[in-house]
Amino acid sequence: MDYATLLQILDSTLRLATPLLLACLAGLFSERAGIFDIGLEGKMLMAAMASGAVAFLTGSAWVGLMAGIGASMVLAVIHGLASITFRGNQLISGVALNFLASGITVLVAEDLFGQGGRTPPLEGAARFQALTLPLSGTLSEVPLLGPLYAEVVSGHTALVYVALLTVPLTWWVLFRTRFGLRLRAVGENPESVDTAGISVTRLRYTAVLITGVLCGIAGAYMATALQAGFGREMTAGRGYIALAALIFAKWRPWHALYACLLFGFLQALALRPDVIEAAAGFKVPVPFLDALPYVLTVIVLAGFVGKAIPPRAGGQPYVKER
Amino acid sequence: MTRLPVWADVVLVPLLSLVLALLISALVILAIGADPVEAMRTMLQGAVGSAYGWGYTLYYATSFIFTGLAVTVAFHAGQFNIGGEGQAQIGGLGVAIVCLSLPWPHWTLALPAAMLGAALFGAAWAAIPAYLQARRGSHIVITTIMFNYIAASLLVYLLVNVFRPPGTMDPATARFPAGAGLPTLHDLPLVGRLFSPSVPANITLLLAILACWLVWLLLWRTRLGYEIRAFGKSEAAAVYAGISPFRIIMLSMLISGALAGLMAINNVMGESERLVLNSAEGAGFIGIAVALMGRNHPVGVFLAALLFGILYQGGAEIGLWTSIPIELRTVVQALVILFTGALDNAMRMLVGWGFRTFGRRPAAGAA
Repeated sequence: MDYATLLQILDSTLRLATPLLLACLAGLFSERAGIFDIGLEGKMLMAAMASGAVAFLTGSAWVGLMAGIGASMVLAVIHGLASITFRGNQLISGVALNFLASGITVLVAEDLFGQGGRTPPLEGAARFQALTLPLSGTLSEVPLLGPLYAEVVSGHTALVYVALLTVPLTWWVLFRTRFGLRLRAVGENPESVDTAGISVTRLRYTAVLITGVLCGIAGAYMATALQAGFGREMTAGRGYIALAALIFAKWRPWHALYACLLFGFLQALALRPDVIEAAAGFKVPVPFLDALPYVLTVIVLAGFVGKAIPPRAGGQPYVKER
Repeated sequence: MTRLPVWADVVLVPLLSLVLALLISALVILAIGADPVEAMRTMLQGAVGSAYGWGYTLYYATSFIFTGLAVTVAFHAGQFNIGGEGQAQIGGLGVAIVCLSLPWPHWTLALPAAMLGAALFGAAWAAIPAYLQARRGSHIVITTIMFNYIAASLLVYLLVNVFRPPGTMDPATARFPAGAGLPTLHDLPLVGRLFSPSVPANITLLLAILACWLVWLLLWRTRLGYEIRAFGKSEAAAVYAGISPFRIIMLSMLISGALAGLMAINNVMGESERLVLNSAEGAGFIGIAVALMGRNHPVGVFLAALLFGILYQGGAEIGLWTSIPIELRTVVQALVILFTGALDNAMRMLVGWGFRTFGRRPAAGAA
């Protein structure tokens, strides 16, 4: 594999890792607060449809992004109601919302555009355009690092950089602010937070809403940046890969970045079977690469690579003592 | 919260959930500019208005009974098996291997062997998540989801590279020998005259009903069933009573996987007569809705599976004859899961409130 091919693959790694990363960090907030969320997939899908449709109708990717965040937050609120207010089963709620998104996105897109559940292709300002970072032209002459900067780091849409910046931001919020301390506490031991006079309900709703926002950006990225428009089931299990990455990262923001880059790299490789064949010397079946994130996650879950211990109060509704 | 009478909990809460799900679906239909009454009529007409419709409704219901029972058995042990979809697909692999390996002379010989294949493969696919849960504490919900995806990738690989007959483009196995074909409801005595030869519903329906009875027997009439339920209710108490968590998790998940795998007898052996990609078509997930709606009891599962059969066949008719896309049935399915599973407490509060407001107050001391 030559350097140019490697750069191409790294470039698509970053593009494909972005929705995983946003969804993974979304899940991080929710699960750190003790609310399991297997509905990341549904929220992304909903956001993809809403942002694709609104971006087409208004001609603005940014308005589309807002619509996507809004749609994702509607599902987040339902999940919050079911799992916080009504103390229902969080896993079942996630499953239900995934199906809800899967059905309703097609119904709405078909009703709006009549194109078999897709939005029409987005063009111009209705899509996020690639940004060229400063100096990438000048620096591209520098051997090795220059092309790396120009080809891989530069030339992505704004949302890719947003996703990358969300990593340190998440770390800072969780581990350097009072809100973050309380958020983590409420996922480990809600009784103690309650005893300190802080509302468990409010903290958990905040976390669930942040999850909604981040999943919204992830979905909008899918429809208005990575691809040009919404197509049915376009998230194709990315919400679950993000969930896998979250476990792989053991619920830590920086590790989430590494896990998502790894899974993004696997997805990028799956698009280039010729490269793998040249590098490995034999034909690696594409389905094998597709399954690898899931297999890796199972191995991590099995505790063979250090134990993945979820937040202690995860999945349990909080009942105030009377 | 008011304590509800058993009949309200078992009948009223699911019915109320269903009514709410249908009402919201009606609003969705209105919102996309179609007529909900018309949709309802098309659905019922298409699903239960003719023998042809019933043939499909019962065919879908058969699959849903198996996956619903699979979820039910795991639920009673406190395990949430979302892996029914993968287990059913791998069960289909077992059926295909059995059916293709011998030139079966008659279905009566092929059926038991295929059932064994389906159950073993389905159980094997549930075994690893079960073991990881029982021994290493890996969350079964996550591992079974992962195994659904691994199953899908595995089948893509196997169907494209291993089982695809030379010269064909379809990622599917060869057609099963004619001797492995199951009789449809048309071929049965008595009821046969009602159905046309083309109905997909087949004798697997009878196996499904038998499975309902066996699961009831297992859960409420055997020692193992008692242990499963005790473990599901309270792990600590069960352990104190000498019940081994490892054994219960393994056995309940193996039975659950086997039931999900047995679904493949219906769709792979009974209907398509070859293994195709994505053979389960979401029936594994519908099992979750069926188990929740059916209150984790075989009788309830049977009724809920019938309901979802109507919904599925009716939904297909809606997609065919009206402007409403077929995905409407996914929405209804989602809402049923949401109300019966996640908003369960809210439904109970609603019913309890109804009782308090409109019900007669039980007179103190009255017999």
